[in-house]
Amino acid sequence: MMKVTFKMEPLTCPSCIKKIENAVMKIQGVESVDVLFHAGKVKVVYNEELVSALKVEETIVRLGYPVLSTKVA
Amino acid sequence: MAGLIHQNKKKITFLAGILLIFALFFNGMALIELQQLTLIAVTVIAGIPIGLKALQAIRMKAFSIEMLVTIAVVGALVIGEYTESAVVTFLFLFGDYLEARTLEKTRSSLKNLIDLTPGEATIIREGINITIPVEEVVTGDRVIIRTGGKIPVDGTIISGQALLVEAVITGESVPASKKKGDIVYSGTMIESGYIEVLADKIGDDTVFAKIIELVEEAQDSKTKTEKFLNRFSAVYTPGVVVLSIMVYILTLDVHLAITFLVIACPGALVIGAPVSSVAGIGNGAKNGVLIKGGEVMDRFAKVDTLVFDKTGTLTKGKPQVTDIKSAGLLAENDLLQMVASAETVSEHHLGKTIVKEAEIRGIKLAAPEKSKVKKGSGLMALIGGHCLAIGNRKLMEANDVEISPELMDYAIGREKMGNTAIFISKDSKLAGIISIADQIREDAPAALAEMRKNGIKRIIMLTGDNRFTADRVAAALGLDEFHPELLPADKVKFIQNLQAEGHIVAMAGDGVNDAPAIAAADIGIAMGEGGTDISMETADAVLMADQLLQFSHAFSLSKATIRNMKQNTVLAVGTVAVLLAGVLMGSIHLASGMFIHEASVLLVILNAMRLMRFNHNKIKKEFKLRPVQA
Repeated sequence: MMKVTFKMEPLTCPSCIKKIENAVMKIQGVESVDVLFHAGKVKVVYNEELVSALKVEETIVRLGYPVLSTKVA
Repeated sequence: MAGLIHQNKKKITFLAGILLIFALFFNGMALIELQQLTLIAVTVIAGIPIGLKALQAIRMKAFSIEMLVTIAVVGALVIGEYTESAVVTFLFLFGDYLEARTLEKTRSSLKNLIDLTPGEATIIREGINITIPVEEVVTGDRVIIRTGGKIPVDGTIISGQALLVEAVITGESVPASKKKGDIVYSGTMIESGYIEVLADKIGDDTVFAKIIELVEEAQDSKTKTEKFLNRFSAVYTPGVVVLSIMVYILTLDVHLAITFLVIACPGALVIGAPVSSVAGIGNGAKNGVLIKGGEVMDRFAKVDTLVFDKTGTLTKGKPQVTDIKSAGLLAENDLLQMVASAETVSEHHLGKTIVKEAEIRGIKLAAPEKSKVKKGSGLMALIGGHCLAIGNRKLMEANDVEISPELMDYAIGREKMGNTAIFISKDSKLAGIISIADQIREDAPAALAEMRKNGIKRIIMLTGDNRFTADRVAAALGLDEFHPELLPADKVKFIQNLQAEGHIVAMAGDGVNDAPAIAAADIGIAMGEGGTDISMETADAVLMADQLLQFSHAFSLSKATIRNMKQNTVLAVGTVAVLLAGVLMGSIHLASGMFIHEASVLLVILNAMRLMRFNHNKIKKEFKLRPVQA
C-alpha cells in the first residue's frame, strides 16, 4: 500500500471535492481518496501493484485540475 | 490546450469584462448589431473555460455545475438572449476569480504558517560550512544559525546562545533565552545570538511540521452542519434538475426552466459553513490555540461546565521547594539527597522540583536501584538498601508510617500557607517533610471571568493535591467547587457524572495523569508547553503557550464561529429561496439571478473573514494582571 499526496492549485468550488473523489475512486487499485479542500491537497492510498501515482495524477489532471507537486510516501 | 486556457483564465475573465463594457456603450449608441456581435464574442470567450471544465467532467462521468451553466448558456444563445448568455458566462468566471481571491485570504493564516518553514540550512560537514536545501539535512548534522536566521530542524543546542522568538510554536511573542543543552524548534527565529544545533528531528517529523499537519486536517474535518449540508446538496442538485424539468413540462417555457436550473445551484449553501470553520481555526492557530476541527468548535460552543486540573493548569506548575523539615534522623541535605535521587526517575513535576532543588544546592545524585510510581499518591524507591516512600498522607497510611502530632501540625501549617507537603518515610519510619509551593497563573482570574461572562455556569477544580492547597487556590480564584486528593480514575468518574447530569464539560489539564479525564470530557484541553505528548494527542484543543487567556479566547472564538456558520446558512438558504420565488414569479432573469447568486457566495466568504480579526485583546487590557500567591 502506498500513499501519495498531490498539491493542487487552490480549490474553489466544494463540488470539485466530490468530482475528484468519485473519479479517483473509480481507478482500479485505489483504496481511499481524501480531498483536503482548504489545504488544496489530495491524499490517495493505492495498491502499487495495480496502479501508479502517475496514473492517478493523470486522471486528476484530465479532470481539469492541474497538479503542482507530488509526494509519494 | 486545456492547460493553456486554464492558465489564462484570469486574462480571459478580464477580456470578457472589457468587451461587456464595450457592448454597453454600443447599446447606448444604438449600434445594435455591433452590440449583439460583441455579446456573442463575450459568450464564446468566457464560455470556453466553462465548457471545457464541463466537458472534462463529463468525460470522467462526473456531474458539475459548469455543465448546468453550459446548458443554460447554449439555451440562451438558441433563444437569442445574447445579453443574458454574455452576462452569465462573465459573472460565473468573475465570481470564480473573486472566490479564489477571498478564499485565499481566509486560508492565509495557514499559508503564512507554511511560509515560515525554513528553506535552507547552513551545516558543518567535515569542518566546512555549506548551505543546502533543508530537505537534504539529515539527523545528526550540525546546523549553524545566526541572528535573524530561522531554525531549520528540531534539535539541541551544542554551543552558543541566543534569544529565540518561538511564536510559531507557542503563540508567545516575547523572545526566550536559550543556551547550550536547550531544545530548539524548527520554524522559530533567532532574534539575536549565534547557535550550533545538533539536528534531532527533520522535515515532517518536526513539531512545527506536525502542527501544520494538525491544522490542515482540522480545517478539513467536517462539522455536523457541514456534513448535513453535504448530504443535502447531494440530494439537492439532482432534485433541482428534476424540478426544472417539471417547470418546463408545466410551463413549456425553456427560458424559465433554464433560469431556474442555474439559479438553484447551491453555491453559498455549500461553502458557507466550511469557510467559517477555516477562518475560525486559522484565527486560533494565529493566537496560539490549536483547535482540532470544526466539530470541536461545535461542541466547544455548547460547553457550560469547566473542569480544571490544578497543578500546571490553574497554577504555573513550576513550584519551588520552600522548606525541608527533617524528622531528626537525617541532616537536611542528606534527606534531600536521598529523596532527589529517588525522584530522578520521576516524570511528576513535584519530583522534578525536588531534583532541581538538589541540583541548585550542588548535591550529587544517584539513580535508585528500584522504583515504582504510585499514581495519585507518590513514589516508592529502593536506595542504598533502604526502602523509601515519598508522597502524600495516603501513601504514608498505606505503608503504616506513623506521623507524630507535632509533625502533623507542622505539615498542616505549611499547607495552610499554600504549600504542598510531601512526606518521606525511610524503612517505614517518617524521615521528614518537604514543602513545595506553586503560583497561580497570572492570567487565570481574567480568563475565568471572561468565560463566565460568555456563559460558563460552573467552574470546578479536580486535583490530586491536598485539601488546604486546593482550598487556597479555589478561594483565590472564586471557583464554584473543588475536589482534592483525587486519583486519575476519580477525575474521569467525576466528569462522567457531570455528563450524566446533562452538562457539557470541558476539561483542561497538562500531565499524563490528566489524559484519561481529557479524553472523557466533551472537550479536552491540553497545555502545550508544559504538557506531555499524550495529553496533547488526546485533547481536542491545545493551548500552545500555556496561557489560560488562550482558553477563554478559544471558547469565545468557538461561539463566534458557530454563530458565523449559522448566519451563513441562513443567508444562503434565504438567497436561494428568494431567488427561486423571484424566478417563478418572473421578476428575476438569468443574468440578475446569477449576479445575486454570486454576490451571496462572496457575502458568506466576507462574513467568515470577519472571524480572522476576531480577538479578545481588549479584555486583556481591561483586567490588570497581577500574580496571586497559591
